[in-house]
Order: sequence, then C-alpha cells, then structure tokens
Amino acid sequence: MRTLTKLDDLAASETADLDPTSARSRETQRGRIEGDGPQARAAESQASVSHRHAQAHESAVKHVTGRAAYIDDLKAPADCLHLALALSPVAHGRLTRLDLAKVRAMPGVVDAVGFADVPGHTDIGPVFPGDPIFVEEEISYAGQVLFAVAAESHRAAREAVSAALAQRIAEIDERPASLDPVVAAERGEFVRPTHVQQSGDWERALADAAHVIEAEQFVGGQEHFYLEGQACLVQPTEDEGVIVHTSNQHPSETQKLVAEVLGIPFHAVTVEVRRMGGGFGGKETQASPWACIAALIARRTGRTTRIRLPRAEDMRVTGKRHPFNNRYRLGIDEAGVIQGGEITVIGDCGYSPDLSEAIVDRAMFHSDNAYSLGEARVTGHRARTHTASNTAFRGFGGPQGMMAIEAAMDDIARRIGEDPLTVRKRNLYRVDRQMTHYGQQVDQIDLLHELVERLEASSDYWTRRRAIADFNAESPVIKRGLALTPVKFGISFTAKHLNQAGALLHVYTDGSVQINHGGTEMGQGLHTKICQVVARELGLDTDRVRITATRTDKVPNTSPTAASSGADLNGQAARDACVRLKERLFDFAHDFLHTEQGLERETMRLEAGHLVAGQGESERRIPWGELVQSAYLGRISLSEKGFYATPLIHYDRNVGQGRPFYYYAFGAAVAEVSVDTLTGEYQVDRVDILHDVGDSLNPAIDIGQVEGGFIQGMGWLTSEELKWNDAGQLISDGPATYKIPTFGDLPPVFNVELLEGHPNSMASIYRSKAVGEPPFMLAISVWSALRDALASLADYRESPRLDTPATPERVLLAAETLRARHAPGMTSQEKAP
Amino acid sequence: MIDFLLNGQRRQCAVSPDTSVLELLRDTLGQTGTKEGCASGDCGACTVAIGETGPEGQVNYHSTNACITPAHQLQGRQLVTVEGLAQGDALHPAQAAMVACHGSQCGFCTPGIVMSLFTLHEAQRGERQIPSPLTPQRLEAALGGNLCRCTGYRPIRDAALTMSEHPERRPQWLDAAAPQPTASSSDAPFAQPETLAELVELRRRHPEARLVAGATDLWLEVTQRLTRFERLIDVTRVAELNAIEATTLGDGRHGWWIGASVTYSRLEPLLEERFEPFAHLLHRLGSAQIRNRGTLGGNIANASPIGDTPPVLLTLGSRLWLAGPDGERELPLDDFFLGYKQTALREGEVIRAIFLPHPDPQRHLAVWKLSKRREDDISAVLGAFSWRLEDGVMRDVRLAFGGMAATPKRARATEAALECQAPTRAAFETARLALGDDFQPMSDVRGSAQYRQLSATNLLERLRLTIMQGETDSPREVMLHAYAH
Repeated sequence: MRTLTKLDDLAASETADLDPTSARSRETQRGRIEGDGPQARAAESQASVSHRHAQAHESAVKHVTGRAAYIDDLKAPADCLHLALALSPVAHGRLTRLDLAKVRAMPGVVDAVGFADVPGHTDIGPVFPGDPIFVEEEISYAGQVLFAVAAESHRAAREAVSAALAQRIAEIDERPASLDPVVAAERGEFVRPTHVQQSGDWERALADAAHVIEAEQFVGGQEHFYLEGQACLVQPTEDEGVIVHTSNQHPSETQKLVAEVLGIPFHAVTVEVRRMGGGFGGKETQASPWACIAALIARRTGRTTRIRLPRAEDMRVTGKRHPFNNRYRLGIDEAGVIQGGEITVIGDCGYSPDLSEAIVDRAMFHSDNAYSLGEARVTGHRARTHTASNTAFRGFGGPQGMMAIEAAMDDIARRIGEDPLTVRKRNLYRVDRQMTHYGQQVDQIDLLHELVERLEASSDYWTRRRAIADFNAESPVIKRGLALTPVKFGISFTAKHLNQAGALLHVYTDGSVQINHGGTEMGQGLHTKICQVVARELGLDTDRVRITATRTDKVPNTSPTAASSGADLNGQAARDACVRLKERLFDFAHDFLHTEQGLERETMRLEAGHLVAGQGESERRIPWGELVQSAYLGRISLSEKGFYATPLIHYDRNVGQGRPFYYYAFGAAVAEVSVDTLTGEYQVDRVDILHDVGDSLNPAIDIGQVEGGFIQGMGWLTSEELKWNDAGQLISDGPATYKIPTFGDLPPVFNVELLEGHPNSMASIYRSKAVGEPPFMLAISVWSALRDALASLADYRESPRLDTPATPERVLLAAETLRARHAPGMTSQEKAP
Repeated sequence: MIDFLLNGQRRQCAVSPDTSVLELLRDTLGQTGTKEGCASGDCGACTVAIGETGPEGQVNYHSTNACITPAHQLQGRQLVTVEGLAQGDALHPAQAAMVACHGSQCGFCTPGIVMSLFTLHEAQRGERQIPSPLTPQRLEAALGGNLCRCTGYRPIRDAALTMSEHPERRPQWLDAAAPQPTASSSDAPFAQPETLAELVELRRRHPEARLVAGATDLWLEVTQRLTRFERLIDVTRVAELNAIEATTLGDGRHGWWIGASVTYSRLEPLLEERFEPFAHLLHRLGSAQIRNRGTLGGNIANASPIGDTPPVLLTLGSRLWLAGPDGERELPLDDFFLGYKQTALREGEVIRAIFLPHPDPQRHLAVWKLSKRREDDISAVLGAFSWRLEDGVMRDVRLAFGGMAATPKRARATEAALECQAPTRAAFETARLALGDDFQPMSDVRGSAQYRQLSATNLLERLRLTIMQGETDSPREVMLHAYAH
C-alpha cells in the first residue's frame, strides 16, 4: 500500500491576508484567459503579494555559488567525444575537394563528418530552406562549416581541424564575394521577396507637403555576445534516437531538425534545456546546427558527444542582428507633422533566409515607432550577401526600423527650428491619427501621451535643455546633447501560428507542485514568473512550486522563447493548467469533503495554502496538503496540462494589412551626453526611463529587463562595431575587438521607473505586458542625444548624419563634416579659441 | 607536480606547462563553477582569486582570469573559486548581496562577478582602520573586467555598495598559509627561477623556451592559436625582477628601477603618487584581473605598436637595464623598438628593469588614450606628451604615439616644430603639419587611418588648449570628466 507523506510540517501558515473579493466564478477565470475586452484585474491585492512579486530569480543562489549548471558543466561519461568544426576561410567559392578519409586517419581523430555523411535532410533552414548543415559545394560565407571532427578532447579535436586544414584536405575555388547589401538590393539579390505596406496616397501626401525631408542611414548589426557560447551535449539512446542537452531558445525546432538530419521520427529525439547563459535571439535558430552535428556523431559512434564553440568561432559562424540601410522621404506640414511619404528598409540578411522574412517585416511594422506616418508606403527588402545568416536579436528588426523614424524626427526639428521633443510630441499617435500604416488601431493612446509627459516633467527636460544650450554656447570643445525618445513595440509573433503555448502541471501527494512549460530560461526570469503564476493560482508560497528543465517530451510542439512572449504565452498556459486542476479539486471537494455541512462551490478559492469556501461564519478551510491527499485517495488526477493561443491577431501579407499585434508595450527615455568634438569621445551623463509593463508580474525582474535592455541597446548604437575585411572575414571576432558595454558605461545617473496604474487593456496574464525586447529601443535616446550634441556645432540648423554604431570615430568624422560645412575653411583647430 | 590550496584544501596535481588554471579546474578537478566566456582574458567569467602569503604572514588575494593563468603559477598559492565562498547554506556577503540586489540574470558571468566582489571585499577588510570609500573609480577598477550581457550592471553596482551590510561570513581557511613549494628543478618544463643568474643561465640552456610573466598576451597563443609550449621559463619569482629600487643614473637623473616582473597593480600606488596622468592611463589598461598579472617588462618586451605604456616611457626618457649571457647593459628606450614586434634584445637577453625618472616639477606630462570603449579596451591611438614651459616657451618637448606606426614611436618632426616655440596657434599649425610627416597610420579593426591621423592631430590641439588653460578665452573644459580621471 502506498503511504502518504505526513503533512504536519507542510501546511502553509494561515496568517496571510484573506481578500474577500478574490472569490471568482469559473466563467471569469476562463474569460480572463480567453477574452479580449477590458476586464477586472486579478483581485489579489497588491499589498498582500508585493513581497512575492519582487522575489529573486529562481536560480539566484545557484548562480552565485557556481552550482547552476550550463551545458559545458554537465557531467558526461569518460568516453565522451568532443567536436571541433572546420570553417570556410573564404566568403564565396566552391569546395572542389574534401578528403575526410585522410582526416579520419589522423592521430587522435575518432570520426569526421561532412555533407556526404548525413543520412537524412541536409538542409536545416528553420523556416525556409537554404541552410546546408555542411557545405556541399557552394560556399556562402567565411565561417561556414565544411566538416566536423570528433576526438577524445576538445583540444585534440581543434588541433586535428587545424592540422587537416594545413594539410589542404579541402580545396576551394574562391570567387568574388558580395558584401554590400545596397548593391545586392539593386541587383535584385534577395533571400525573400520584397514586401510592401501601404496606407493611403503617399505620393500625393509628399506632393502636397509644406516640406519634404529626405535622408538615408546605415544602422549596424550586433553580435549577441551571450556569455555562454553555443554548446550542446548529445547522448545516444538505446533505440535510434538521441537526448540533446542544449543551450537553446527553441527546443522543439532542434528536435525536428535533429530528427530530420538523422532521418528518424521526432519522437526518438528529446531535447532538454535547463537554462542558457544568455540567448538574446542568438539561440533561436542558430543553436540547432551544433545539435544536429553532435547528434550525427553520437549516432555514428554510439558515444556521448559534446560540442562548444570557442568564442572566435562562435562569432564567425553564427549570424547577428541584421545591419540595415534605411531611406526615408517624408512630407511634413508647417508644424512638422508628418503627412505621409515613403520609407525603404534594406535588411542585410547574409547568405540565407533564416528568420529574415519576419525580421524585415518587424522593421517595417516599427518604422513608425510611436508616430503616425500619415499616408505612407513602407518597403522592406531582404538583401543576400556573403556573410553569416543574420538572425533574431532582441527587438527582431524593430530597433532598426525605428531608427529611420527617430532620425527623421531630429531632421524635422532642425528643418522647422523646433526642439526635437516638441516635434516628437506633435507626431505621436493621437485620437485622430490612430491607425498604423499596416491597419492596426493603436490602443492606449492616453497611456503613451501620459508616459511621455510624465517623463518630460520628471527628467526636468526643459530646464536641462536651457542649461545645455547655455553650456554649449560657452564651450567650444565639449558639447552636450539631450534627447527624449519613445518606444511603441508590438507584442506577438508576427507568424501567427507561433502564438501558442503549453504547460504541464503536477501536484504530488506531499502537496509540492511541479510545473513545466514550453518556454526556456535565458536569464530573463521566465521560470521565476511562471512559478509565481502557479503559486498565485494555487494560493501557495512559491517555494512549494518547482520548475523543471524545458523538455520536448514534457510539453511538445512548442514555440521559441522569443518575441518577448515567454511570460505572456507560457504564463497563460500554466495558468490554464492550474485553473483546470482547481476546477477538478473544487468539484471533488464539493462532492466529497465536509459533506455533513457542505462546502459552498461558488465561493471556493485557494488562498494561503488552503482551500477556502464560504464567507464569514460559514467559511471552511482545508489545508492544501490535506486536499491533495484526499483527492489522491479519491482517485482524482493531480496532473493537468494547459494550453493557450493568443486571440484576435491576424495579418494578411498579400495586402500588408491586419492586426499583427495583440497589444503594444510603451516606454520612453531621456538621455544626456557630453561629446568631445576634438576626439569623438563621449560619455552618457544621465538617463531617465519610464517604461510600461502593464501590471508587473515581478517588478525586480522587469526593472532588470528594462535596465539590461537599455544598456545592451546603448552598446548596439555606440561601441559595438562589427568589422569585416575586404575578403568578407569577420575581424571583430572576440571581446578584445568587439566591445560590449562594461561596468563604467553604466550612466552615473540612471533613473528607471515602471509606469504604474496602467494595466494592459488586453487580457494578458494578470494584465502584465511583455518586457524582454521593448526596453532595448529606449537606447535610441543616447544616439539621438549624440546627434543633438553634434547639431550644436551647426547651431542646430542641420541634422548630422550619424550612422551606427556611433563610435568615437564616427562621432568625430560627423563633427568634422559639420565644422567644414558651417565654418567653411576652418579646421577644428581654428574653430576653437 | 604543483602543490597549492584550492578553497583551503591541499591539492597536488601534475599539469603540463601550457595548462591553464581554468582547464585544471574544469577538466581535471571537475570544478565547473568557474566559467569560460572567451578564453582570452577579456570577459572575466573565469575570475578566480589567488592568495599570496605576504611578509607578515597575511594572505593577500587578487583577482585573475583563470583562462589565461598558467596552472604552474599556483605553486605554493591559495586558489579561491566561487565554490569555496559559501559555508553550507550561508552565503558569503558578495553572494548574499548579489542575490538581494537581483544581480544575476542568466548567471553565467555571475561566478566571475562574485569573485571580483570577493577580492574587493577582502581589500576593504584589509583596510578596516582607514577604510577607503567605494568611489565610482574604485568600483570601476574592481568590476571593469567582468562583462555582463544581461543586467546593465546597476544591480551589480548596488551589490558592491551593500555587501558590507550582509553578515560577515568568511571561511577560516582564507587565512591559511599555502604549502611551501619544494623548489622545482631548474630543468622542469615550467621552470621557476628565483634569481637573475638562474634566469640567465636557463635562458642560455634553453634558447627555444618562451619567457612567461603575467601570460596576459602569451596565453592567447595557447587558447586562440593552439600553440603547444613544451618549455616555459617563468620570470615572476625572480627576486631582481620584482624589485622597485630608488636609483641615480650615470647622467645624474634620479628615479627608480622598476623590475620587469613588477605588475601594473604593484606599480599603481607609485604612479598615483608621482605621475597622475600615467596612473590614469594604467586605470584604463586592461582590467583589474589583467593589471594584477601584466607586467611593465612584458608590455615593453612584447613591442606591440599598441602597448599602452611604451609611449609614456618614451616621453619620460626611460632606459632599460638588460641582462644576458654576456653581462648587463643599459639602453635608452628610444633605441629599443626596431620594427614591428622587433626589439634590440640580443640572444639570451632579458629585461631586468625599467628606469622611471623622478617627476620634474617643471615638466608636464599628459597621456591620452583613444579607444572605442573607455574601460578595458586597446588603444586606437595613444598620445603621450611631455614638455617644460620656460618664459612662455616650450622646451624639451617629447611626444610619442602608440597606434600610429609599426612601433611605439616619438613624433620627432612634431617635437621639432614645437621646440622653443610659444604655444601659439601658429606653432601648433606647423606641428599639425609635421605630424603628417611623422606618421602614416594604417586602418584596422580599431580605427581607420583617417581617424587615427585626425584624432592624433586633434590631440595636439587638446595639448595646446591644456597648456593655455587658465588664460583668458581658453575653454574651461578641454576634455570629458570620464576621461580626465
């Protein structure tokens, strides 16, 4: 007979506040998940849960003690094999000979595999074909994988690759590489067809406008620089399959690709992700190739196989944030309000489609940012070049699209002689200009205006603007700049089918709870938030809820953890599982517990470790553990799965119209900078941020996302410079040459606040909002402030071109250009006193 | 066989000359708390603390990047890793503060950050009598070598500022003396000579062996280029190379002989007291982990065109004390750099010490480094400027640049253009043109030739404005605060 655990120690305290309004009917519980209209917020009072809201990351103690295990920390059998990759040194060419037999015969080499050794699919393109697992013949970028070598140690494998390449076992016929996306676009070299969104008569709007502003810009790419590089560990199973441990944002896709490469059914492959040491989009599609290659070796040798990419290889072989070339031609009225026009964005996709279709779409969807474009046409090209296939990165094209319109805002201000903030405010979406160029109505317009105005006041924008003007008038070398930029970011996968999620909830007979869901943890606190959701639904402390590694055999067919959607989708799925289980427990309790007095079904709720029924004198309380054990003995299932699909969203790509986003997240930032116009050096003096996360699920985690996203965005626009040589080889391939922000880049004054009092107008999980990506774009304020400082050299009559990243070099060259134009014949030396 | 304490536990391990501390920890000892982020000493994820027993028996801890630290250098030391700090469930203040401040997100950089906080905490502990405040500069020095891609650093700053408020829980073994190493045989593949004579003799016997000190550059050959070192000669324990001695040269100049193995960290207090602009440069050279290991001798012998200290030493009129099989000699630093990574060192010769002259109160020094990122970055251009002003005229003008030629190099034509001139706009215009004769820089990942030439030229303008500072009409601010200290 099964013995149940004694529950004496496990019953939660009964002292927590009881909120009478928390009773809710089954209908509203279901409705809050599926409905779309404004509804009452979760009734739990803020005061009673605030300590739980800001709770620490579920792995925090493991992080600080070194006990949190990443892929390369996992113990493997002593005969584990290690892989190294041979990468193409040329950007374009043909592989004319590959002698892997010779490699296999080299000392220390256990196996070597190339294109010809793949039993199943050889194309591992995630959405569209185009990504060969190994080079067959055509070489499309420097860094493309020619073959892989397995050896007894990591170093032995790397040495074998070096030796093999030195012995010229691969022969390559090099061809000229295409590295310029603009040239590629002019030649019609695209990885996907061009897409257009159009609203109204944009040509007439331009023709009738009081002024037309026109410019182009280059927006640089960005290396993800997740601290944990790409890594996986693959164990062969006793049948035809594998178990894959991987640092990966999209386990289900890796499962699919590994199965296809091996030519086996999906059910033979299990993919597990406990945590990533950072993802940022770089492990959405680009974690799969290594899993496929390691799985191939594991099946060929029957041995556990490990691969981790050394940093320089990781940077050369994987795609990055897309560089963009943007052009805009906008008609404005006398007040600087956009009447219409056209914006063209060219995304440099690298050699294959990867996710570029959706990424350039998102750039187009965000080329308005928070401003109405009026009657506009937005065109997006997907240029093919001989570089690594560029991929998802926090913001997913949105930041690059926004850069066009934020540049235009500054340009308009200089043209009409107004402050850029004035121009931005005039152009914000408003009640009579509420429709985007792709046909979605912008909701929560009041919130947007309130947010900008509150930040304008709290940051003391106008006082500082005057102080800066005075300072600049007196200071020939050091110039200060200030800018406020807003963010409006659309939340949902634009590929509609991805907006679904599943969860698996187990309650054990000691009352402990295990939750599993399809999302992955990359540091963003998703698992912490999900534990909070479950604890809240079940009325338990979060320490009774344990989350386990994401596994494709627990929750199948999942979407990537991407598009900021992790908590929105998986939180709702976890909640759905909880609600279903609760219903079952309530029905059971009603029918079988305290039958002498009877428990009132309608008022049943789970609170503070108890099932509570009735109010006041008639209230009955059953400890959670007792309830669970009774249910078990009553043969009631204590396991439940949950599911969620985002309602309402649709987008018709044929006409470029629809409602691709469930809702928008908003924010704004004010940045102040000082620029040394002799050297181009600059410093960020102060940053103020006000950001909208609806009703926060966890303010500490959300603040962490806002701050971290901002600093990462600042790096993208300032110091992080990707450089390739003329042969198409990446030469910024390590932290010595690729400079992400470091401790000293934290602005000395950094005021970050979450906007309070504005729950999501859509029925998201507890009226919260997605927070992963939107804050990234707050950093555009730093770039705009740099431009503002530079514009002072032209007495604010000209908006300098400042491509990104705005390195000291670019800032200095922009300053020199302005000085040459506005003080003809004068060098920087003569201009200074 | 190396003999050391790992988190208080005595360990004896056989390692090859080119095994790093990180490989020893992760691959041999199965201690995977310490992470590899870059294997090039640039990200700090592998930060550990190494304790050395000081003269009074106290153990002093400094942070280092395990990925580029030779395991052999643990000999007779304490090694502390993130696994060692907590006692059961009781977290060390550095850990407790990180949890309380939400200082970890993905957690991969966290062990390294905890270890940098630990060494900061130890340093604060050592100064209980006169605690130094945690100024922004001090925090930057402590944490500038730890990249975090998730948090944006604010919560890490808060953790640093509040860790002293957490209960002091310090493992007792931190004060334990490490085992006395048995002297390694002079023919060991990783030889650790203790005298200059031994070093010179080893060098003579093994001309193929590479010298290693901080390994901050040498080890990249192991991790990035997979070089195998069969034999290394470690100069870090050579007594003569670790000395800082006051001296008077034959030409009557007073100053110090700085031993070639003296680390930047050891040099920092002297420079802070005597050469503030040089000290400011040192604060921007690498990170704490690098400064704790890198040496002045290494920076010179490496002869990189973008080494940070050579241009400064050139303007200061530094000299080298060389020792070799044929005896010892002195050489002006001006004569040392012959070409790209080529030096005047003869076969078997080593740098024993570097002469740093006493600061001349009449003499000015300015050192300006231009890089993409302020902290822990390599110069695109570095300008070092030294001059005297006599009766309104510049004299003994010495200007040297890094990043502008194949070696660190004096700008002789520019110097000549300014020598005996008043700092007028006209004089500097001539100098500006002369700089174009002195240098034809190249384009690389750190900057274009155009940027290098333009910014170096503009540094001359900054120099003029600096000299003119305080005069009427001169701007109050000629450079940014963040770069001025």
